[in-house]
Amino acid sequence: MNELIFLILFPCIIAFILLLLPNNRIRDAIVALSGLVISIGSIYLFATSFTGGSVYFPFPFEPTAQVMFVIEMAIALLLLYLGVKFKQYIAVLLVLVQTAVMLYFEMTMAHGLEPMRNLFIDEFSIIMALIIGIIGSLIALYATSYMNTYHEHHPEVRDRRRMFFFVIFVFLSAMFGLVFSNNLLWVFFFWEITTLSSFLLIGYSESEVATNNAFLALKLNLLGGIAFAASFLYLASVDPSGGLLELDTLIASGQSIAIVPAVLICFAGLTKAAQMPFSAWLVGAMVAPTPVSALLHSSTMVKAGVYIIVRFAPVLLGTLAGIAFGLVGAVTFLVASAIAISQTNAKKVLAYSTIANLGLIVACASVGTPELVWAAIMLIIFHAVAKSLLFLCVGTVEHRTGSRDIEDMDGLIVRFPKIAVMMATGIAGMFLAPFGMLISKWAAIEGFIDAPFGIVFVTILAFGSAVTVFFWAKWMGKILSVTPYGENLEGSVSRAKWVVLSSLTVLTVLAALLFPLVSSVLIEPYVLGIYGETARLAQDNIIIMLLMILLLLILPLSLYTSSKESRKLPVYMGGRPTTPDLKFAGSLGIQREMTTRNYYFEEYFGEKKLLHYSNPLCVLLILVAAALVAWGMSQGVVM
Amino acid sequence: MGYEPGGGHVTSIITALAFVVLAPLVGGLVAGVDRKITARMQGRVGPPILQPFYDVAKLFEKEDVTVTPSQNLYIVAYLVFMIVSGAYFFAGGDFLLVIFAFTLAHVFIVLGAYAAYSPYSHIGAERELITLMAYEPMVIFTAVGLYMVTGSFYISDIATSTVPAILYLPGVFVGFLVILTIKLRKSPFDISTSHHAHQELVKGLTTEFAGPVLGKIEIAHWYETVVLLGMIYLFFGFNPVLAIVVIALAYLLEIFIDNTFSRMKWQWTMKSGWGVAATLGFLNLVIVYYLYMGV
Repeated sequence: MNELIFLILFPCIIAFILLLLPNNRIRDAIVALSGLVISIGSIYLFATSFTGGSVYFPFPFEPTAQVMFVIEMAIALLLLYLGVKFKQYIAVLLVLVQTAVMLYFEMTMAHGLEPMRNLFIDEFSIIMALIIGIIGSLIALYATSYMNTYHEHHPEVRDRRRMFFFVIFVFLSAMFGLVFSNNLLWVFFFWEITTLSSFLLIGYSESEVATNNAFLALKLNLLGGIAFAASFLYLASVDPSGGLLELDTLIASGQSIAIVPAVLICFAGLTKAAQMPFSAWLVGAMVAPTPVSALLHSSTMVKAGVYIIVRFAPVLLGTLAGIAFGLVGAVTFLVASAIAISQTNAKKVLAYSTIANLGLIVACASVGTPELVWAAIMLIIFHAVAKSLLFLCVGTVEHRTGSRDIEDMDGLIVRFPKIAVMMATGIAGMFLAPFGMLISKWAAIEGFIDAPFGIVFVTILAFGSAVTVFFWAKWMGKILSVTPYGENLEGSVSRAKWVVLSSLTVLTVLAALLFPLVSSVLIEPYVLGIYGETARLAQDNIIIMLLMILLLLILPLSLYTSSKESRKLPVYMGGRPTTPDLKFAGSLGIQREMTTRNYYFEEYFGEKKLLHYSNPLCVLLILVAAALVAWGMSQGVVM
Repeated sequence: MGYEPGGGHVTSIITALAFVVLAPLVGGLVAGVDRKITARMQGRVGPPILQPFYDVAKLFEKEDVTVTPSQNLYIVAYLVFMIVSGAYFFAGGDFLLVIFAFTLAHVFIVLGAYAAYSPYSHIGAERELITLMAYEPMVIFTAVGLYMVTGSFYISDIATSTVPAILYLPGVFVGFLVILTIKLRKSPFDISTSHHAHQELVKGLTTEFAGPVLGKIEIAHWYETVVLLGMIYLFFGFNPVLAIVVIALAYLLEIFIDNTFSRMKWQWTMKSGWGVAATLGFLNLVIVYYLYMGV
């Protein structure tokens, strides 16, 4: 139990230390060092407890719960103050509603609640802890170097780096708390801290757009928070002793009791995981400094949303409400992937790809068969690694070139050879065999076929994955095109960034190499523990995929083995006289430059156009889920 | 140990090796016959059947010229993964993995075209990605449909299944024939590269490849043709003779389509590929899903 408490409290203590330190190298060193400690801590946790199955710890409920309640109320006051200050009255209203629900719960129902087993650990928690600990720390380390450059480039932004690093570490602490808590009240407490943290980080630059987007994120997440809080009213009224507030007891209590809170909490999960119609907040969140995006997209925030849905997968299994939520995820997957085609802003492409992949995870978890839960957890792992790598690559390029537009990434391989290779690795990790995301997509297809309404999901997946190939491959082609001009600018990238980027690249490849091990050591035991049966890929396929990875790793060597250098010729320019940097004589003797542009198909895959259809559809699906559960409750059946 | 595919590992390795050795011969011959029949359809005598082999042999005689050396790397990867995925197909492996490995191979040739940073190969690369996006859903549907009918994703099980898959999957089969035209880069879908000298594309995807590298692309194409024809076989695995006849007829049909249509816009490719998948493919699968699988 001490490891858990250490992982929750240590980042928190560091956060307060960082709050006191001015901008200097001591702070950078403390961030690096504590990042290392947190990573080692999570690895130690894995090494010592992965064989233990689910272990529950009777951490005393009081006085921790009282402290949490006080902090919650303080947060509510802070949010109210900020809401009034920025005239965000809807946010104020939502805070008031949520606080009212929690106060009512605390006043009337909380007495006599005595949940015992408040902390726990199982294989899934370990996986999440490794993601938070390792990837979260790497991003924090990257941020030290990034934020220095950020403030050089943006003199207009008030330097609030103390607050920035404070919130980052609080965020990590809250994420650890979230995945280690077996008490739903505590899960909710940490849940709200992550909402607050992302609110503060998105609004970091204090520009009007940043503030508005921060409040958008806050409002949508509060909507989920209210649903989460409402589940406590239900739970405490069903079982006044509070036993059902224990996550494992609730899940084991059977669908007839658990379906209502499951749907409420999974709704909160949908908002946090930026599913349609709530996806706007994650897209808006890209105004924050890039490390924040990396953090929100890979190891924290949205992963909390899918984490809780995966937890409730056994309750949703076989229910129509689960199917409806699954369809929300599937529609989000397809539409967000399609929108990604039409975006030229690299961060926006990444944002929509995150939303899409979260959609796939939600679809898998909500349908909830063992095979699909296996696929969902795989997706969480692979997505965290590859997406953080991609965000940080884009951030690095943006700082050096001043643009995050994919159209400006021509010849990245010439100007930033190493970063281009890393970025290409990250992209490959997102959509190509034999890398991770594809393995999971494949497992998802095989899983859905045998699930109810499976054919609808398989169809959506087939189209969605075709779209995915298109938008990633054209980006990859852009950065790997070898322009005949351009010089290497990589020398100016700082060492901390190199360490982080190379670590994440190695992790992306390692994840693909080691996934059979991750599966057999962690995911299969977890799925087995929940369902009594488990899923895995066939041995033959694993061998073939490992062979493919090895092949990919040795292929670049063939560049060095060819005995004779091939003769280089300029490209074919239709017979026009062309200069070496591809300027040619156009009509009327005007000199023009050859440039290439990718397809974006705005007229087919435009953001507004598609959201216009998908958002109402997803609202409808959520309402259907709610109606089904409500009707089922009145009839005494589980829908 | 995981699932043991149909014929055991030894047979798998033998068939895979046979593919690696024989597929280029078969694929080259098919290309030769293709050119002969095309010529006859156009009222010409046409080249000898073995002409494709002469052409490739000549390409390998030529000097190795490139725009950038990295192009060669991508094409080697293209050829290697084309062989690997084809070999895994003929070894009786998992259909979905075969499909994804093919996608990987295709992404490599597209990257090779991008790498040259040339206007014509760039447009070819983008167009090739469009075709990839156009046919991918229907290919996955083919695998899914065959799984529903035969109960396995393994090629070895599907090919040896006694179930007359074609009777359950007529819509999927027609859909597959449509995307076969796209995959073979035949008119009206040869939008990424042109066999018929359309000037605005020059040679599209392959504009900046020459000599031995172009030869490798041609060989990879032969390998691919054999695997694609092998996929037709899977619908008729219950009767091998019938399967061979249908394969011959299907290819003849492709040649006929190639010669009767002019190239259309890329939108037409997208609409055709997704259209057949969403209508014929999807409806067929829904019917099989609810009636045959009894879900």
